[in-house]
Amino acid sequence: MPYPRLIPCLDVADGRVVKGVRFQGLRDVGDPVELGASYSESGADELVFLDVTATLERRSTLVGLVRRVAARLQIPFTVGGGVRSAGDAESLLEAGADKVAVNSAALARPELLTELAEKLGSQAVVVAIDAEGGLVRSHAGTRGTPRTAVAWAEEAEQRGAGEILLTSIDADGTRAGYDLELTRAVADAVTVPVIASGGAGTTAHVADALEVAQAALLASILHEDAARLGRLRRELLELGVAVRDAA
Amino acid sequence: MKVAICEYGAGNVRSIELAFRRLGAELVDDVARADLAVLPGVGAARTALAGLRARGHDAALRERLAAGRAVLGICLGLQLALEGTDEDGGTEGLGLLEGRAVRLREGRVPRLGWADVEPLGSSFYFAHSYACETPHATAWSEGIVAEARAGSFVGVQFHPEKSGAAGARYLERVLEEVRCPIPV
Repeated sequence: MPYPRLIPCLDVADGRVVKGVRFQGLRDVGDPVELGASYSESGADELVFLDVTATLERRSTLVGLVRRVAARLQIPFTVGGGVRSAGDAESLLEAGADKVAVNSAALARPELLTELAEKLGSQAVVVAIDAEGGLVRSHAGTRGTPRTAVAWAEEAEQRGAGEILLTSIDADGTRAGYDLELTRAVADAVTVPVIASGGAGTTAHVADALEVAQAALLASILHEDAARLGRLRRELLELGVAVRDAA
Repeated sequence: MKVAICEYGAGNVRSIELAFRRLGAELVDDVARADLAVLPGVGAARTALAGLRARGHDAALRERLAAGRAVLGICLGLQLALEGTDEDGGTEGLGLLEGRAVRLREGRVPRLGWADVEPLGSSFYFAHSYACETPHATAWSEGIVAEARAGSFVGVQFHPEKSGAAGARYLERVLEEVRCPIPV
């Protein structure tokens, strides 16, 4: 198995990186181009960019901004937010993304996952799942659905998704630890890699998440402290978590 | 140093362009005449092969190899160069080197993430669901073929353009071999 991955996440609204708590009260934490470049240089295993307002405002992801971020990266780059068609996905890949994350559009039309996988290969298709109380929510958490996260993850895998980015809305931004129960349930249900997201506060939280998932998404704890990523990696190695030694 | 990327209308080739530009290479369109031709690495096999053939890249690559001129295959680019792949229900490859791509059976698939490569001595980023079976393997990662060489062809299963400093060093070495070929 490859090394468990540490993945900084840039939630972008109106061209700026923002972070809230449980998807609410977004505050500005920086410039996506500069933050992305600094994570690439400081040993992040990948970078995720989510345009969190794209679906809500019904506009396409900011391809130009993606292009500027990608130009500064030497690590894999996943972009999501507002991807509704294979054409949207291809324009992101052309701009320098390696994988696209789809969420609301795949819930509305699950065949989209198959179309993307046939065109781009499964390794480039990430299904982003936002869950609250075990149930999937769409449109950046603003709308409920009757699907369970586990059932949707299974269906998404069958339809061609190559990775699952699982965010617990209950845990998002709380720094109280990842939702391990939800993450384990989803990871046990699928054979594609799972990225745990939402709730990282301490090194121990990340270590726990990497016991059940193949990668941990990091946002709040990194954006305010640029040196935190390197320190986190060293502390994980000391705890016996076999992350990549990117020093 | 002139580098040409065989575009076939799918996937992210921008990161490969950027990686070579950072190393001082000049990107050109002419696959036949460049010092190094790169067969890039994402997408689905059947679509990629159709795109390559439609643009005449298959013939250009064959001519290059016959003349002993360098070709670098990356990820799917390595798999397409083989005689065939099990992907998409079985597809004939370009046949630039012996071997076949077969579905990964162990661990989570796609195999995504950084893994050690020996004897290169570094970790690199992988993103694949199929792996090569070939007599030309020259490096491995967890038992999986990570690099294969035959004549002036070198192929890697990992993405050097996405593998930070270690990936840049790998590409630098490929350019160095083009400048000063290792005598066979």
